[in-house]
Amino acid sequence: MSALIDIRDISVGFAGRDGRTREVLRNIDLAVTPGECVGLVGESGSGKSTLALAAMGYLKRGLRLLNGSAAFNGIDMFAQSRQELERIRGGQLALIPQNSGQSLTPTLRVGAQLGEALRLHSALPADRHAAKVVELLGHVRLPDPESIVQRFPHELSGGQQQRVAIAMALAGEPEALLLDEPTTGLDVTTQAHILELLRDITTERGMAMVYVSHDLGAIARVCTRVVVMYAGEVVLEGSTRHVLKSPAHPYAQGLLASIPKLDDTTLPIALDGRPPAPGDAGAGCAFADRCALVRDRCRSTRPQLVPSESGGTARCFFAREAGRQQGRTIGAAPVRFSSGETMLDLDGLSISYARPRLLDQLLGRGTDVPPTVDDISISIGKGETLGLVGESGSGKSTILKTIAGLLPPAGGAVTAGNQALPHAVEQRAPGQLRQIQLIFQNPDDSLNPRHTVADILEQPLKLYFGLAGDKLRSRSAEILDRVRLGAHYLDRLPSQLSGGEKQRVAIARAFAAGPEIVLCDEVTSALDVSVQAAVLDLLNDLKKTQGTTYIFVSHDLAVVRALADRVAVLYQGRLCEIGQTDQVFEGESHPYTKVLLGAVLEPDPDAAPTLAADDIVERAPPASGCPFQRRCPRRLGEICDTDTPPWQSPEAGHFIRCHISLEDLNAA
Amino acid sequence: MLMRRLFLGAITVWIVSVIIFAGVEVLPGDACTAFLEREAQGKLLENCREAQGLNRSAAERYFDWASGAVRGDFGVSANGQKSISELVGNRLRNSLLLAFCALAIGVPLAIFLGVVTGLRRDKPVDLVFSTTAVFAMTIPEFVSATVLILVFSVWLGWLPGIVLTSAGAQVSEFFPEIVLPVIVLGMVMTAHILRMVRSSVIEVMAGEYVQMAILKGVPYWHIVFRHALPNALLPAINVVALTIAWLLGGVVVIEVVFNYPGLGRMMIDAISDRDLPVVQAIALIVATVYVGVNLTADLMTMLLNPRLRTHALRDS
Repeated sequence: MSALIDIRDISVGFAGRDGRTREVLRNIDLAVTPGECVGLVGESGSGKSTLALAAMGYLKRGLRLLNGSAAFNGIDMFAQSRQELERIRGGQLALIPQNSGQSLTPTLRVGAQLGEALRLHSALPADRHAAKVVELLGHVRLPDPESIVQRFPHELSGGQQQRVAIAMALAGEPEALLLDEPTTGLDVTTQAHILELLRDITTERGMAMVYVSHDLGAIARVCTRVVVMYAGEVVLEGSTRHVLKSPAHPYAQGLLASIPKLDDTTLPIALDGRPPAPGDAGAGCAFADRCALVRDRCRSTRPQLVPSESGGTARCFFAREAGRQQGRTIGAAPVRFSSGETMLDLDGLSISYARPRLLDQLLGRGTDVPPTVDDISISIGKGETLGLVGESGSGKSTILKTIAGLLPPAGGAVTAGNQALPHAVEQRAPGQLRQIQLIFQNPDDSLNPRHTVADILEQPLKLYFGLAGDKLRSRSAEILDRVRLGAHYLDRLPSQLSGGEKQRVAIARAFAAGPEIVLCDEVTSALDVSVQAAVLDLLNDLKKTQGTTYIFVSHDLAVVRALADRVAVLYQGRLCEIGQTDQVFEGESHPYTKVLLGAVLEPDPDAAPTLAADDIVERAPPASGCPFQRRCPRRLGEICDTDTPPWQSPEAGHFIRCHISLEDLNAA
Repeated sequence: MLMRRLFLGAITVWIVSVIIFAGVEVLPGDACTAFLEREAQGKLLENCREAQGLNRSAAERYFDWASGAVRGDFGVSANGQKSISELVGNRLRNSLLLAFCALAIGVPLAIFLGVVTGLRRDKPVDLVFSTTAVFAMTIPEFVSATVLILVFSVWLGWLPGIVLTSAGAQVSEFFPEIVLPVIVLGMVMTAHILRMVRSSVIEVMAGEYVQMAILKGVPYWHIVFRHALPNALLPAINVVALTIAWLLGGVVVIEVVFNYPGLGRMMIDAISDRDLPVVQAIALIVATVYVGVNLTADLMTMLLNPRLRTHALRDS
């Protein structure tokens, strides 16, 4: 079958500050036939999104086509007039963007935006558009499409926005779909549902797909063929099975080893170093600096794509050797350490975001909205790591904020090291502030862009330890060394660091205070998998040397499995289950824990997720009964709506809050 | 939400009124000493104070003044013994006329040029208008006013260079005298709004939803009008509001240069005459206009921005 998308020898670049042209894509060929789904994988900056957009004849501002062509259906997309491009884009060739929340126009209703796509790209008479919009929304399994039509994008949840974007792409009945990280940033359950939807739609219509993602789990689920990109070139290409099961390139191996897996209790192995900046790759192999198999030849000559032993093609001189290097090397074992002495105690914590209205305030009335977070009692031992998991909106981050004193609770108490903490951060003594440190998800937001690394690290040192002068600087360098960054980083600004380095600085800042408790809020979610592995390793290391207590919030269950001693599962701000990591992941579990675990995507073409509950997002917790009552696949009946479920304990230290008896939970 | 904003606006005006009253109160002397000047002593002063009700407590007088102001009655001026409402009313109308003319020309022009320069960023048309705008913003108004008078009335003789019409005249009598002041004010405000709109258009056009619209195959002008502009023009509303407030109370220099009988000049005259009741009245009117205009702008933004609109609905 002839290729629908046919990209040949394409090179794209931009003019650097020194006037030199820096290449973002280097001589790439990519052909996709109808019915085929090709995955583009690589770290951020590898050029995978640029390549996908180039297939539409589109380059981001500042980028230029240097060489090659991108044909769709035999038409060269870079040689078309604007009118011709407008006809094809969104029609025969459609894009599903990464961030639908940002990609839908905020001032237009969902119906208007879909209607526009129909008007531009379908032959349907105008009076049938309204009905077709509803049909499309129903097709992507949005509940109540008639009301969604009337809504604005911000009134939808992330998963719903993504579905609207998919519906919009389908409006023109495309022959090919480009997907740019379509599930990144969504909850595991939502992601699994969206991927199943995409699988169904593409098989049903025989479309060609290009799926851009850094998530090998998602790739494994939807793609037939995988192209691994590194520093703007293709380093490995082959069937999904070949690439994921027997990768014939050291980079792909490293990438796979850096992914934490649900059934693996060791830490993932970090892929050290970072890819060369565009235009900085030397004469040799771009991966040479990070490669374990590197030889002299790799540094002098650029390898070509050659067929590898295990099928597919690889850009490596030692592809055969690399392919034979099977078997996963074992990652470092996570430190399991708990002294039994309680470090942090949460007692009946309840947190509410609802603020009484002006009128109610004047009349001295409270609100009748159930609190966002309720009835949280957990005590965490010294040196223990507690993983806090749940979908977005489950109150994970809210709990961290309250512990840090940023959000006063409506009820309950926080005790750290036998000392009750005042609710508000302003009322806490310097020692209490030093004791608890917070690391945020996105270091771009949490590090002041105008402060150098030295400024950032010196603040806690000055504040809590009164250091000054040379002592201050040498101590900063020491701390930086502990997060494996050299002293030469001290005078850099955050913008001069890579994502992983920034997060290390954020971690260093937290540890500069010499804290006993560190609260980690999705600290690896914004990072590439290879960098994530390094950060996890670092946190594990710091725990070993400092005996720090962590609360580790993450939506990624595999990451939690790798790092946490104990796991607490939250739904709608209520605890569903808590226990030792192995007990939660392997023993009897709460129906919600099962739903979460079932939705995790493994980088394995043979693994399929089990989708037990809908991926709807609830707005408010129910007033009575079990918080999970509306979505529970194993709902018993009325008792779930009326009675708060009891705590049951299958083993010492393992608690499940459910009406279903332990025997029955075990049976399923 | 709406009630809350109105309530807060009213509170603001009330606080301002207290500050104005207190400010005038702590000044040495009062309306009578100012009016009587050298004769302000003994019996004469006593009588005057008695007549003006100045012997009563400050709270009482504040209440009188404030309740009158609410009804639109600011009492009588200190020197002319004329009704302030009438005096100020004419001036307010004149200021409104000036502001309205400047806005009617300036706002559409500014938005048009802002959009054009934003879309044609770094192209010749953008460079020309953006640079011109910087000049228009930086040259002091009295300089540009003087230059315009020199060119259009002295050299060319096309337009009158000064307003000779009295404050109470019919609206139609202000033409064509009003043309030059309108041009000077229009230039400055057009420049401000233009730059605001330009940067907002640039930001929105670089946004992800515009990129998405391009990749959806939406025709260019369609993207501009349907996807980009409704979002890009929202921030302009607040700038326009500030401009309106500025036009009503802050254009003293222009009024003096052109001898235009507006509020600003009346304020200056009243201050130099120590006509405290008039000063109080104008200060309160200008403050109310500021609050009112900004409130309107916030409400408009809220109405036009679906995000704020639905939040507002959910809150109330």
